Amino acid sequence: MTEILGVPIAVLSGQLLLGIINGSFYALLSLGLAVIFGLLKIINFAHGAMYMLGAMVTVIMFDVMGINYWVALFLAPVVVGCFGMLIEYFLLRRIAGQDHIYSLLLTFGVALMIQGILTNIYGVSGMRYSMPEIFKGGFRLDFMYLPYYRAWIICVALVVCFGTWFMIEKTKLGAYLRAGTEDSQLMQGFGINVPLLVSLTYGFGVMLAAFAGVLAAPVYSVNPVMGSNILIVVFAVVVIGGMGSIAGAIITGLLMGVIEGFTKVFYPEFSSAVIFLVMVIVLLIRPSGLFGKEA
Amino acid sequence: MTITKKLLTSAVASALLVGAAQAEISDDTIKIGYLADMSGTYRDLAGPNGEAALRMAIEDFGGKVNGAKIEVLTADDRNNPDQSSSTVRRWLEDDKVDLVAGLVASSVTIAVTKLLDGSDTLGIVSGSAASSITNEHCTPNHIHYVYDTYPLANGTAKAVVQEGGKSWYILTADYAFGHALEGDVTRVVEENGGEVIDTARHPFPTSDFSSYILQAQSSGADVVALANAGADTTNAITTAGEFGLTQSGQTLAALLLFLTDVHALGAETAQGIQLTTGWYWDLNDETREWSDRFMEETGVRPTMVHAGIYSSAMQYLNAVKETGSDKASDVRKQMMATPINDMFAKNGTIREDGRMVHDMYLAEVKTPEESESEWDLYEILRTIPGDEAYRPLSESKCSLVSSN
Amino acid sequence: MNNAETESELQKTMMGHLKADRRRKLILNLVILALLILAPAVIYATFLMKILCFALFAVAFNLLLGYTGLLSFGHAAFLAAGGYTTGYLLSSYSGLTTEMGIIAGTAAATALGALFAIVAIRRQGIYFAMITLALAQLVYFVFVQAPFTGGEDGLHGVPRGHLFGFIDLENNVAMYYFVLAVFVGGYLLVQRIVNSPYGQVLKAIKQNEPRAVSLGYNVDRYKVIAFVISAGLAGLAGSLKTVVFQLASLNDAHWHMSGEVILMTLLGGTGTLLGPVVGATFVVNLEYQLSQGPLGDWVDPILGAIFVLTVMAFRSGIVGEIQNFMRKNMS
Repeated sequence: MTEILGVPIAVLSGQLLLGIINGSFYALLSLGLAVIFGLLKIINFAHGAMYMLGAMVTVIMFDVMGINYWVALFLAPVVVGCFGMLIEYFLLRRIAGQDHIYSLLLTFGVALMIQGILTNIYGVSGMRYSMPEIFKGGFRLDFMYLPYYRAWIICVALVVCFGTWFMIEKTKLGAYLRAGTEDSQLMQGFGINVPLLVSLTYGFGVMLAAFAGVLAAPVYSVNPVMGSNILIVVFAVVVIGGMGSIAGAIITGLLMGVIEGFTKVFYPEFSSAVIFLVMVIVLLIRPSGLFGKEA
Repeated sequence: MTITKKLLTSAVASALLVGAAQAEISDDTIKIGYLADMSGTYRDLAGPNGEAALRMAIEDFGGKVNGAKIEVLTADDRNNPDQSSSTVRRWLEDDKVDLVAGLVASSVTIAVTKLLDGSDTLGIVSGSAASSITNEHCTPNHIHYVYDTYPLANGTAKAVVQEGGKSWYILTADYAFGHALEGDVTRVVEENGGEVIDTARHPFPTSDFSSYILQAQSSGADVVALANAGADTTNAITTAGEFGLTQSGQTLAALLLFLTDVHALGAETAQGIQLTTGWYWDLNDETREWSDRFMEETGVRPTMVHAGIYSSAMQYLNAVKETGSDKASDVRKQMMATPINDMFAKNGTIREDGRMVHDMYLAEVKTPEESESEWDLYEILRTIPGDEAYRPLSESKCSLVSSN
Repeated sequence: MNNAETESELQKTMMGHLKADRRRKLILNLVILALLILAPAVIYATFLMKILCFALFAVAFNLLLGYTGLLSFGHAAFLAAGGYTTGYLLSSYSGLTTEMGIIAGTAAATALGALFAIVAIRRQGIYFAMITLALAQLVYFVFVQAPFTGGEDGLHGVPRGHLFGFIDLENNVAMYYFVLAVFVGGYLLVQRIVNSPYGQVLKAIKQNEPRAVSLGYNVDRYKVIAFVISAGLAGLAGSLKTVVFQLASLNDAHWHMSGEVILMTLLGGTGTLLGPVVGATFVVNLEYQLSQGPLGDWVDPILGAIFVLTVMAFRSGIVGEIQNFMRKNMS
């Protein structure tokens, strides 16, 4: 069998695929962050908590009301998105125009509250959520066994990412959004309800995080602290992509998934830190990230 | 000759007198400080329910020892050794706490026991896994009660190798606990004629294990062992299930699983996994009776740590009652002299290094069909006698062990 | 003529105000110092030392955030570098006196700070924060892997040793006054820097960097020096903390710690000298008190609520708000 650095090609192809799957999670999460930062200039430290809420709400809706996966896929992000809009309306709006650091502190505080309260109610061991029947089993590829669910993650995440990019960069709505957040007075003059637009944008970014949470529910341990560690990794992804760049967040998300995947083969201990090394190198060469506009 | 004898006897007598004079309960109160993770990763295995277990013990004991009242102080350790050391220093200096119970994260436990060393306060460790706590980090002021990494490896690894799982792939959490477990497992596997063909060390914590599971699958090992804990273990088990690890003929062995973890996974996902535990709620009438009461109190079934907290508090209070003293050295000596026979352990003994040696159990997680209720999760395959399970004193690096 | 006279008079009264202001501050500082000297009689000394260590850490951090306008998200790396170096040296070389261990720890953190500064200094705003975070994460990885840190278990049983070889620090009172002396030294150093011409340039950079550049200042050099001093003082705080608690653990290197110091500083009030001290005292106290009582499992939500409240209602921080209040009502 052909090998690279002592690892069979077949194994590497498997890792490449898994890397893309994990990258899809990063892409979805960093996309939401990039939307919120790029358009609203808010550093959303509650993003990990929103991801967790997406997963928790899915599980709780199933346990309490028997709501199945497919409904949750739409309903949970909407519920969490509305919650996000409430946070925007009651809290973030009131500090608009202040230094970035205040939005960071505020959203961090919110995240601590959400996590702490849920921990006291549900504990930290995690909640059970079974895989929907239809996804049981998988494809037997030459180089690996690919569970159906993982294949589904790639497809749906890519569709959502591309759709978001298209909406923001290529449609009229997106143009309003970009203009409204850049020069709100002008857009107010055109009769566009800018505050509503801002709420919707924040809600949408949060929805993307919650959507990633729903996707994660059947495959990862669902518990109140599941979002706290992914947070800074996702931040790193956004920075590497170039803060505010929508396409950059998506592509970098996938890329980092792959890099992390290969690190898990060659030097697994380093896999949680490799993204930060990449970030240092990228920022040294390109100060505004891979796809950011030069400042 | 006779003079020396006389001198000796009088010395002994006066020592006894002094001893007797000191043997009293200071400030007429027994204060128990319960230090555990109340809000973080280890909350469910000890946490607030551990405090409930401790209070149950005090209530069952009658609320008083020799007329002295019993008080409980609680603190969240925040999994942070310096926060915990501030708490315990204050307990020692201002509150005059007599017993520190709970003790979960090993970094916290080691920091706290170093503080207790040389004081009059005893520590009983119920939650930590590190076997170093009674090995190189042993002190005359603490007892390690429930389990440690040594029997975890000894129980599970030995059983699996003997059933024919000869080649092993170990997935290790990349920190002290994981390394210790990996080392112990490797030793046991090799001693029993097996072989560890590869290991992978994953960062702590990790949420996605698919990459490691794939590597484990392509390694062709008979057994994939998880030398990690908590969410890392449950995540790895879920992913192994998803990728059909066991269907393709490999055995999955989890080295440290608590009942709460298995409950979170559910019998569906966790079925067939073998594990070693220090106690199980459904062992016999005695354990069931206690667990029913615990469940009334807390709404969940107890883990081995909860049961250990209850049992060790009872043993402690009994020793205080017997000796009439709350001095760590007196109480510990008394506890060492008294075999433990209660719902937690049969013929358990506390060794000079502070290790409480008792029988461990090799269990297998039931299938959903076998499991009759939400918490009916283990089938006990075999009892591992205490002296076979724990590290023998002859291998000990503890300075308290007389042979050293 | 007349005009010039009034002008000079105005100047005089302004100078007078300034002087009065300085005098008031001096008195306030002296009162606080007196309280700190007497404190161990009432409050438990180890706890006070913990507060002082974190206060020094926050003061060091504030030199950057409050006076230079640089938000570092990697200061935990320096705290831990100081702590581990001191801890390792004092445990392995018994001949070493305590202050030598502390100096070595401070030096290690300073060197690490210089490294960070060289890599990060050209980056602006959020990119600066993120690159310091990234570097600190790499340092964290090294601490997890390196054998001398004891990994997750931490470094335990570090001897407090003898200060200058003859003052036994096992004595909590001696230890306390030593920590207090170091803290006061660090505080005065920052105060001196802030009020010096060098500090004026830092403030100018904070307010308007392009203008400082056009005035001919080598802005990068100023920033690097501020960063290195801040890192060194953070390391000193870490070294002290290790000696006090006789342990060093990974908690100090975790990014949560970098976040915590930001919170302490903001809560107390950035850009005020006393702010970080008050903030650190408040956070350490709150966390400690909450973790003891029946609210033990509610520490995180309560802390979170306080952060939210601070941002919403007291954005200048505790000390900042008091100053604003005094300014409004006293002039």
